[in-house]
Amino acid sequence: MDQAHKDDHEVDHVTGTATTGHEWDGIRELNTPLPRWWLNIFYATIIWSFGYWVVYPAWPLISTTTKGVIGYATRLDVETDLSALRVFRATQTQGLADASLEQIKADPSLFRIAMAQGKAAFGDNCAACHGVGGAGSKGYPNLNDDDWLWGGSLAAIQTTLQHGVRVATDNETRVSPMPAFGRDGILKRDEINAVANHVRVLAGLPTEAKADLAKGRAIFEQNCAACHGPAGKGNQELGAPNLTDAITLYGMDLASLTETITNSRGGVMPAWGARLDATTIKALTVYVHSLGGGQ
Amino acid sequence: MAWGQRMSATGYPIRRATTGEFAGMLISAAAVMPFLMVAALTDHSGYAFHATLAMLASFASIFLIGNRCFRPGQVPAPQEINGKPNYNMGPVKFATVASMFWGIAGFTVGLIIALQLAFPALNFDLPWTSFGRLRPLHTSAVIFAFGGNVLIATSFYVVQRTSRARLAGDLAPWFVVLGYNFFIVIAGTGYLLGITQGKEYAEPEWYADLWLTIVWVTYLLVFLMTLAKRKEPHIYVANWFYLAFILTIAVLHLGNNLALPVSVLSPKSYIVWSGVQDAMFQWWYGHNAVGFFLTAGFLAIMYYFVPKRANRPVYSYRLSIIHFWALIFLYIWAGPHHLHYTALPDWAQTLGMTFSIMLWMPSWGGMINGLMTLSGAWDKLRTDPVLRMMVVSLAFYGMSTFEGPLMSIKAVNSLSHYTDWTIGHVHSGALGWVAYISFGAIYCLVPWLWNRRELYSLRLVNWHFWISTLGIVFYISAMWVSGILQGLMWRAYTSLGFLEYSFIETVEAMHPFYVIRALGGALFLIGALIMVFNLWMTVRSGTVDVPQADYDHGLAPQLAPAQ
Repeated sequence: MDQAHKDDHEVDHVTGTATTGHEWDGIRELNTPLPRWWLNIFYATIIWSFGYWVVYPAWPLISTTTKGVIGYATRLDVETDLSALRVFRATQTQGLADASLEQIKADPSLFRIAMAQGKAAFGDNCAACHGVGGAGSKGYPNLNDDDWLWGGSLAAIQTTLQHGVRVATDNETRVSPMPAFGRDGILKRDEINAVANHVRVLAGLPTEAKADLAKGRAIFEQNCAACHGPAGKGNQELGAPNLTDAITLYGMDLASLTETITNSRGGVMPAWGARLDATTIKALTVYVHSLGGGQ
Repeated sequence: MAWGQRMSATGYPIRRATTGEFAGMLISAAAVMPFLMVAALTDHSGYAFHATLAMLASFASIFLIGNRCFRPGQVPAPQEINGKPNYNMGPVKFATVASMFWGIAGFTVGLIIALQLAFPALNFDLPWTSFGRLRPLHTSAVIFAFGGNVLIATSFYVVQRTSRARLAGDLAPWFVVLGYNFFIVIAGTGYLLGITQGKEYAEPEWYADLWLTIVWVTYLLVFLMTLAKRKEPHIYVANWFYLAFILTIAVLHLGNNLALPVSVLSPKSYIVWSGVQDAMFQWWYGHNAVGFFLTAGFLAIMYYFVPKRANRPVYSYRLSIIHFWALIFLYIWAGPHHLHYTALPDWAQTLGMTFSIMLWMPSWGGMINGLMTLSGAWDKLRTDPVLRMMVVSLAFYGMSTFEGPLMSIKAVNSLSHYTDWTIGHVHSGALGWVAYISFGAIYCLVPWLWNRRELYSLRLVNWHFWISTLGIVFYISAMWVSGILQGLMWRAYTSLGFLEYSFIETVEAMHPFYVIRALGGALFLIGALIMVFNLWMTVRSGTVDVPQADYDHGLAPQLAPAQ
């Protein structure tokens, strides 16, 4: 407080507190002391912090840091938690590791554990494409029906999960290269239209009035029947879809069929064997098998 | 009126440019060619667009500076007229208008991205309208464009009034205001075009950062030089906070943007920090952007506009000193609490957390000083919705500065981190505190700057207040519920030790809260639009109260609300 302003220390009539004597653009300041409760809580937080620094790692030193008296370390904490979880799960999942898929399927207690682990693994890894309930969407197979591209037995599902679909780095992966009949110049546009209409005949769907169905049938037998079968029933050995049922991956309308025949398709699924451990794959196999269409 | 002035100006002889004007035109002219070359030679279309903008800005500054020589009046403007300070309010007016413009833009983009989160189809599958590009546009528009212009406008106003001195510099204040807004245009269009360095709240690339550095250092110098020539024996508390804000933001900006450009012809750069050190720098910057931009800067606004509007002395000078120094000392340590349970070493996490806890009371010091300044004037809350807005902003400030230390506690953070709780916390501070104290200040400033007796309508302020308060409550409560729900779902285990929910299930669970949040944002935007209308009508239809020359220390701004 400088001398020149000392006499200006007028008292605010509302609060009875003296001002500091300065004024800026009409604003004055009261000389109110610090609120006690405010100061006390401030001190308390400081004291608490000092205590925390004693207990936990806190201050950097030249080549190390203070460690804290209880030896706490976040990494240690994570390791403890994870190993506790591993131990807890091990008692249950050891059974899965030792048993075959059929044994798991047959044993209610093993089956329950496999379903729990499978559901969690499915949610984290599969649901993004196949949906939380496994209902799939265009280009991503529905896992609830009994129409399987690569087979719906436990062993077939396990192989598909383990090695994926069209994974370049996996020798045992599922591969089914359907030619791009239009793009590669194998069929002309009118031929594609004819065969697309024939596929709709196989599926029991109405066709275009102008369609040359006889020609379509001939082209189908020449180009498609080798994999899809003369009646279009498909072949799981080759991953060739059944064309006669109502279930479709990319659509059975004429535009989708034309696109499929012209450019082919080729969805990809990762080889989960490279990412998940064998027990998780087993649990996923049982879970997917149970979704509704297991064979 | 502006036209009349310009036309009569042709009657005056052209005056000789000052050294500063000459240098300004010379630098602008010298910059044209390099910008043209960059625009012509780069193979990045967005960067070429920015170089072209810079070239146009150079032409514009040559024109704007040159045009001054045709206009009447003494240059540089006299410091005093008839013994009273000749305040420079032009840049303040510009920044005030800019703040409302960017505010509406930023709130609108915020509403759009809130709707995108609830209804992803609104991304329209276009890169320019995707959430990833619009989100930084929203955050930068509201923090730096809206908030930044409010801070520049109020700091230039307050430092002049409380120092009884004209802003330092002749061209410099205009350079700060226009240069800052040019930075915002470059940053914002850059985000839309996909130019970003990917650091949250520091997305602009190296060339925008360099430009901001020049502008910001000028800002610091203008502020310091104005303080240096003050006519008051002491520096008012608001100016301490403004100075802490300007100075620290300069340091933070430099530290977090030390990047090496790939080439002068490329917008891409690489940061010199790597790994966890980069993360630590980022959140040292990020948290102190909150601390010094959104807290210290807006506390400065509070320290001028609350006592002014309430017409009461500041509650406690001692508290203002203690909480100021405690706040700026403690805040700078708190950044590591953004990196709990990460690769950041434990000791740094501990310090970040404990300093955040110690920060609680220093933060509340500002709230106490603001609220208690109302003693003897509480009745004004019934009649003055502008004052009510500022008081509610202090309540939100108190709430979010309690919530912040709470969330920095590691045990709480393990639940709250990465969830919508953080978004709710940020918005209770951003909407409730930063925007409300800004609205209050602008409601005060516009009649003062344009010499109007009072606002066009206090009833409309009342509508603004209630609609946007409802919006804030919707927003933050939706985010609290959704955030805690999200955190609990993420950590839920089944009795067999497996995760209960997949991530996508937690996303689906958020949907209703995202809709409520968007509704809250819409209400907040509607309130701000009412405000713009009210301000527009104040400037348009209000009657001139006192001539500019008499508008000085002796004739305090009219504060009388409706009785």
